[in-house]
Amino acid sequence: MGNHTDYEKIEKAARTRTIIRNIVIYSLLTVWGILVLFPFYWMLLTSVKDYGAYNAEYIPKFFTLSPTLQNYVDAFTTVSLGRYLFNTLIFTLITTGLMLFVITLAAFAFARLEFRGKNLVFTLFLSLMMIPNELVVITNFVTITNAGMRNTFAGLILPSVTSVFYIYLLKENFAQIPDELYYAAKVDGTPDFRYLTKVMLPICRPTLITIVILKVIECWNSYVWPRLITDNPDYYLVSNGIQEIRENGFGRENIPAMMAAVVVISVPLIVLFLVFRKKIMEGVARGGTKG
Amino acid sequence: MEKKGFKAWLYLLPAFLFLGVFMIYPLIDVFIYSFEEGYNFASQTFLGVGTYNYSYVLHDPYFLQALKNTFILVVITVPLSTGLALLISVMLSSIKPLRELYQTVFFLPYVTNTLAVGLVFMILFKKTAYSEGMINLLLHLFGAPSVDFIDGPYWAKMFVLCFYTVWVVMPFKILILTSALASVNPVYYNAARVDGTSRFRIFYKITLPMISPMLFYLIITGFIGAFKAYNDAVALFGVNLNAAQMNTLVGYIYDMLYGNSGGYPSYASAAAILLFTVVLTITCINLLVSRKHVHY
Amino acid sequence: MKIVFEHLTKRFPNRNKKIHEDVIAVDDFDFTVPDGKLVGLLGPSGCGKSTALNLISGLLMPTSGKLYFGDDDVTKLPPEHRGVGLVFQSYALYPHLTVQKNIMFPLENLRGADRLTKAEMEERALAAAKLVQIEELMSRKPSELSGGQQQRVAIARALVKMPKVLLLDEPLSNLDARLRLQTREEIRRIQKQTKITTIFVTHDQEEAMSICDMIVVMKNGRIHQIGKPQEVYDTPSNLFVAKFLGTPPINVFHGTVKGGRLYLGDDAVLETKNVPDQDVYVGIRPEGFLPKEDGPMHCVHERTEVMGRDVSILASHPAALTDTIRAIIDAESRTATDCTTVNFALRPTKVHLFHKDTEERICF
Repeated sequence: MGNHTDYEKIEKAARTRTIIRNIVIYSLLTVWGILVLFPFYWMLLTSVKDYGAYNAEYIPKFFTLSPTLQNYVDAFTTVSLGRYLFNTLIFTLITTGLMLFVITLAAFAFARLEFRGKNLVFTLFLSLMMIPNELVVITNFVTITNAGMRNTFAGLILPSVTSVFYIYLLKENFAQIPDELYYAAKVDGTPDFRYLTKVMLPICRPTLITIVILKVIECWNSYVWPRLITDNPDYYLVSNGIQEIRENGFGRENIPAMMAAVVVISVPLIVLFLVFRKKIMEGVARGGTKG
Repeated sequence: MEKKGFKAWLYLLPAFLFLGVFMIYPLIDVFIYSFEEGYNFASQTFLGVGTYNYSYVLHDPYFLQALKNTFILVVITVPLSTGLALLISVMLSSIKPLRELYQTVFFLPYVTNTLAVGLVFMILFKKTAYSEGMINLLLHLFGAPSVDFIDGPYWAKMFVLCFYTVWVVMPFKILILTSALASVNPVYYNAARVDGTSRFRIFYKITLPMISPMLFYLIITGFIGAFKAYNDAVALFGVNLNAAQMNTLVGYIYDMLYGNSGGYPSYASAAAILLFTVVLTITCINLLVSRKHVHY
Repeated sequence: MKIVFEHLTKRFPNRNKKIHEDVIAVDDFDFTVPDGKLVGLLGPSGCGKSTALNLISGLLMPTSGKLYFGDDDVTKLPPEHRGVGLVFQSYALYPHLTVQKNIMFPLENLRGADRLTKAEMEERALAAAKLVQIEELMSRKPSELSGGQQQRVAIARALVKMPKVLLLDEPLSNLDARLRLQTREEIRRIQKQTKITTIFVTHDQEEAMSICDMIVVMKNGRIHQIGKPQEVYDTPSNLFVAKFLGTPPINVFHGTVKGGRLYLGDDAVLETKNVPDQDVYVGIRPEGFLPKEDGPMHCVHERTEVMGRDVSILASHPAALTDTIRAIIDAESRTATDCTTVNFALRPTKVHLFHKDTEERICF
């Protein structure tokens, strides 16, 4: 019977441990959550603070009682934020569209068509994934400059079109479609291209969506290349725009307007994320990288 | 068959065109540039062939500063972010209520513009004549003197850079590790529990070995990513990173191009190849180490 | 160590969220597993056997009721303190550890006074490995073993810590037919040797019948019958148990009891004293038929299967629930097989009557 009390003690200790562990876990997670969210809060908060009031705060306040939208008006009127947004939109749409076209054809050729030296070509192709962007940017810069395409959309877009990694991702997905489908379509007299658009693409839609989402995020955040290739604000993308604002946009001190611009730039992607949360997180887990 | 092969090449043509012009040709070209001494962008001429570009870059104090900064950044942020991400993922996997909410929140930095949010961090850490800044307010709470993290001492700036870098890379690592943890068959945990294994031992003896492939993948990509740090630094300290003593290797390469009338592609190329060599070496070391420790 | 169930019940919320009613996986378990016995928990898949096992191991907590190991209430004790050995259906061998490390794993968890030295652990691991005859495989990884060998490693790992209770969850289902036969004998031998109270979950009645001291037949979370295998087979408490046990399965007929006689269709096949007149289900074991020229049960002969020692006669009868019924007879008592009809007499002990509504057995 001595055992009896022992067991009760163990049970109680185990329960207490579970409770303590849960408290610790939730607290730590919440701390990190606050660390993640605080910058967003601060950016929203500052963006609605009155310019005068903000500058008068020697010690920053954690809330404001008189929110104003004036900063948003300033953000759009003082610098051409609208222009930057528009440029980024155009850049993102065309780049993503072109990329889809190029990688679909290439992935189809690798996955479905037969040609001599396919394996060799594909291996060489994969080895290109190792090449860091920094290594090729220099020559691309020279190429585009010599072609007189600085400060043009063509100059912005063309070098960003292909991605070896996305071709690889799509090819792997294409290759999973059973051969029987292809033979069945062949027997029915379906041309290759029609088979690609009517059968393969619909089946691989999830992968395509993943790729599009990743590419859109990449485009929206691209900074290095646009900065190299544009020095005319008419062709700035949002990242360059924001940098421009930081350097000399609102006379350096109008931080609330700066934050308003930051909010405007951040919102589209965050909304996109909240809508396609599951898809984006799955997609990134499958094939995303950053940095 | 002839016709079919031809058709396949037709499908590949656009990809090859783009890759050829913007990837393969530049790859060869960058080596040529790096050995052409005294290249003049305007006249497209060069004086001779040799290793002068490399020696120039290696003796450039800005390059050495960038090298030092990058190494510090790598050494601090890669272990820190990976460890922290592992901790958070393990905690995330052990709870049920509110898990999705936490996951969503933790992922947010991934979808934000690094430059834009960097500005927010700058505001938070900056101390100006008019304002102490948010972080300094916190420091006061603990009785510490205020520091200007953006234009102040080197260590303060490095701290902000590391902090922001970790903040930016965490979502990806958390996501990868949580899905790796989720893919471990729960039957192993049950087996271990029935055998009276403590939580720590379950983690150390079962979870860790089982997710080790993903962990090493993260460490390798983490190293590569950290070596290429640039955007975060620009966001925090502005484009003139050399002046702020906060330049990174990639920043150094680009700064070489931004210079007057097309800059110095030769120096940039030499620096890029040096960077690539470093990254390649570290990656190889990583792979060798991981072969020893990864269990599959 | 005996195991006592006291009204043990486990409910799960329904997976289909539209149905709010809980699923009762284990319904009011109330029996005792005697010390040192091998007990089979038997039932069709999805009947709650594995849930019951997980309640014993502590991986699941019951909704209500109590569970005792010996005299100790372990209802709420976490699994790590229960000292049970559990062999999983998929074996759950750690793929990154060698066989030896796998077997030693539970020993390395011991802390405090129970802590063992490395040499002791190795010795005990070797002893466990010898018990299941895998001592020459100690340095292999699980992926380099066959299914049967993995199974033995899993058993060795469960036994090495000398558990008070050994739980086996469908341990044979991943093995091929031959290995299954061999391994079940092995389990029986090990259990006899170690005398550890063992609970064995299976959906295969033959498996349970062949090695268990006691079987528990369950369906939809409820226990239908508990007893020695032969007892349960000979006196099934209801139609489900009768149908579930025995290969080939029992033949079921619609029958009527009238005036102390059992009628199958028009055939009065048996005397059934003390049974009131009513409609019944009649279960007749395949070995319950005796071919006899003037037997009271008239069937249409369909074909005869000869399999070694046994001969099966497949026939049809208008009162049967199935199209064909199967009778197993000795090769010697085989009659002319080319007839179109065949007549049987019945062995009363192999005939069971079941109530038409409750499907409970009617004694006669």
